[in-house]
Amino acid sequence: MSTAPPDADELGRQVGEFLAAHDPSATEPLEFLRARFDAGLAWVHYPEGLGGLGAPRHLQPAVDRAFAEAGAPTNHPERNGIGLGMAAPTILAFGTEEQKRRFLRPLWTGEELWCQLFSEPGAGSDLAALATRAVRDGDAWTVDGQKVWTSMAHEARWAILVTRTDPGVPKHRGMTYFVCDMTAPGVEVRPLRQITGEAEFNEVFLTGVRIPDAHRLGEVGQGWQVSTTTLMNERVAIGGNAAPREGGMIGVVAALWRDRPELRTPGLHDALLRAWVETEAARLTGERLRQQLAAGRPGPEGSGAKLAFAKLNQEVSGLELEMLGEDGLRYDDWTMRRPTEVDFTRRSPGYRYLRAKGNSIEGGTSEILRNIIAERVLGLPGEIRVDKDVAWKDLPK
Amino acid sequence: MSDLLYSEIETDLRAGVRGLLDDKAPWTSVLAGVEKDAPYDAELWRAVAGQLGCAGLPVPEDLGGAGATWRETAVVMEELGRSAAPVPFLTSAVVATAALLAAGERELLAELAAGERIAVLAVPFSTPPGGAAATVRAADEALTGEVTSVADGMAADVLLVPASGGLYAVDAADARRTAVTSLDMTRRLADVAFSGAPARRVAGDLDAVRAALLTGAAMLASEQLGLAERCLDDTVAYVKTRYQFGRPVGSYQGLKHRLADLWTSITQARAVARHAASCVAAGDGDAPIAVAVAQAHCSAVALKAAEECVQMHGGIGFTWEHPAHLYLKRAKADSIALGTADHHRAALAELVDLPPA
Ligand SMILES: Cc1cc2nc3c(=O)[nH]c(=O)nc-3n(C[C@H](O)[C@H](O)[C@H](O)COP(=O)(O)OP(=O)(O)OC[C@H]3O[C@@H](n4cnc5c(N)ncnc54)[C@H](O)[C@@H]3O)c2cc1C
Repeated sequence: MSTAPPDADELGRQVGEFLAAHDPSATEPLEFLRARFDAGLAWVHYPEGLGGLGAPRHLQPAVDRAFAEAGAPTNHPERNGIGLGMAAPTILAFGTEEQKRRFLRPLWTGEELWCQLFSEPGAGSDLAALATRAVRDGDAWTVDGQKVWTSMAHEARWAILVTRTDPGVPKHRGMTYFVCDMTAPGVEVRPLRQITGEAEFNEVFLTGVRIPDAHRLGEVGQGWQVSTTTLMNERVAIGGNAAPREGGMIGVVAALWRDRPELRTPGLHDALLRAWVETEAARLTGERLRQQLAAGRPGPEGSGAKLAFAKLNQEVSGLELEMLGEDGLRYDDWTMRRPTEVDFTRRSPGYRYLRAKGNSIEGGTSEILRNIIAERVLGLPGEIRVDKDVAWKDLPK
Repeated sequence: MSDLLYSEIETDLRAGVRGLLDDKAPWTSVLAGVEKDAPYDAELWRAVAGQLGCAGLPVPEDLGGAGATWRETAVVMEELGRSAAPVPFLTSAVVATAALLAAGERELLAELAAGERIAVLAVPFSTPPGGAAATVRAADEALTGEVTSVADGMAADVLLVPASGGLYAVDAADARRTAVTSLDMTRRLADVAFSGAPARRVAGDLDAVRAALLTGAAMLASEQLGLAERCLDDTVAYVKTRYQFGRPVGSYQGLKHRLADLWTSITQARAVARHAASCVAAGDGDAPIAVAVAQAHCSAVALKAAEECVQMHGGIGFTWEHPAHLYLKRAKADSIALGTADHHRAALAELVDLPPA
């Protein structure tokens, strides 16, 4: 049986029916979220049975809005960015039927949070250089190694993990991708205190961790291709938000300018207007990209979105501190804590300024993104590669 | 939200205009043209305005136009920007046409739409949308006064002159015009003086002038977009083929990263220019904000693109024989035309309630 994917009207009707059958104020939140997933109204572009209805992706915001307006419970996406933005699309693209059914529902409802065990002390931008070793042992694999900068590992139930399974071939070919149980014996999470004073990310030590082969994503040796899907989704997740005019940091600073006339100077005014224009340009570019996707004509504009977002967030959060003058000298809290979410809006201006510095490093540095645009979009020659045809084990480390 | 994409009709229109410009306005002939006295390329103008019918795109059919909108006109502007074409399109087919449309002046409009006559608004080319002021005095259907730095002033058959008491049309032959040595050799300026020139009133106030300058500023953003794209395309092509130290200079990250940043800014310029064009086409209330954003952004992007084009071409980019200087001069002049980025940011401050210190 195949039915046509629903359009905007049809989705609107289904949301209405769902809300009539599940009163948001009278239904237990988790029960509500599970039912929403089962109705295919979680992420409408996913297939039926996996939280979606095979509808066009751009119809999602209207569905989310309708649920929000009805006062429906949320799945707290701010707590599960890696699960929703990176793990889910990778599992959808490379998982077996069984894996999709096991992992996607509790991921979406927020019952199970995810983290990303990619970066290592010796492999950041050069992710394919990673050394964490997975060795086959019957129906399972034994994993040993160290990961670093793992956001929210202290909260996560599951991780997406890339490992080296064949050191004898060039680095991109000998990798394999797994789902790792963060409660398994041998997984140790240690907080890493960061620039803001708190520990949002961690070191993760993997010592003799057993992962069943059933938790492998993709083929043995295909880890790089699977990782590429994760990384592409990561950039969109970080840079591709649809915000209204004056949404995000610029709204915070514009409000400050309006509310505190005593802080105004001509130079800050100029900087504020420049940032306002740039933010509006970035917003319209995102809007244009969404229109292109909806018309079935995806363009390469997405590659610039994260680059532009990082630059703007850093500029505007820095501007906010300067505008605050004396108050900009103060910080809210240096206590070493382990936050459960990254929240720009509810923390202090000083936190915003410091945390924004991570935007041009996390999810691929701005330098790496410029390489990607220059080479894949503009077709300029690639960087000189000294490691391409060398077995991973023979590379200088 | 306005439609930020290009329609199929617009894509076809672009192909037609680009084909014609590749044929009739390659940069070699644009460069040759700047050495001549002629104030614009008359043959090219006949082809763009007459043959392709581009001058009448935003004019309703019952007034002799094509009945399209400023969105299609914006696509023509992109292509003219790509080639820095020396034709009075922005001045006559955009600004003067917009002024006549707003003033409801029919007869002259039909002539402009057909490309038979050229009209220009007699204001300094640097005038921002809100900045039109009458420096010319009107008395007994005759004008007296001076206006400096009028773009395409020498090309005009008719001058539309903001004067005390409204907007007037003057036969260019009745004004004293002096050609100016202009920074942008592909869009030249003239100083214009009137001493009792016979004039006909086409509007009783300057609202039509302000509307025309706003539309002009929106369309200029598309010209700037096209120019920036041309500079990026030419530069990318060049750095792939120019070898130094045994490798293409485009393989050096110092250049690659700057080109990636430029490309990112140009994708943004496309979004804001399309938004501005859509807003003026639809008479959207967001138009003043959209235009201010587009001018503040696109002026800077076009200039940056032209400057990077010169720099990354090295010595050859600094020569008269290479087109980079044509783009740089056009880009710098465009960044002053119809209000500087700073003017537009100041306008924005008022529009979005971010008052000055
Ligand atoms: C807040 C935050 C959260 C993070 N969360 C996670 C997470 O959850 N999971 C995870 O796996 N990782 C995470 N990371 C790690 C992140 O992905 C890496 O830090 C990033 O990829 C850079 O790697 P690196 O730190 O090893 O820097 P390096 O790769 O050592 O880079 C050092 C500098 O060299 C530059 N550089 C490197 N290669 C090139 C090149 N080819 N050309 C030009 N310049 C180059 C870089 O841009 C950078 O400026 C997080 C990082 C941050 C800051």
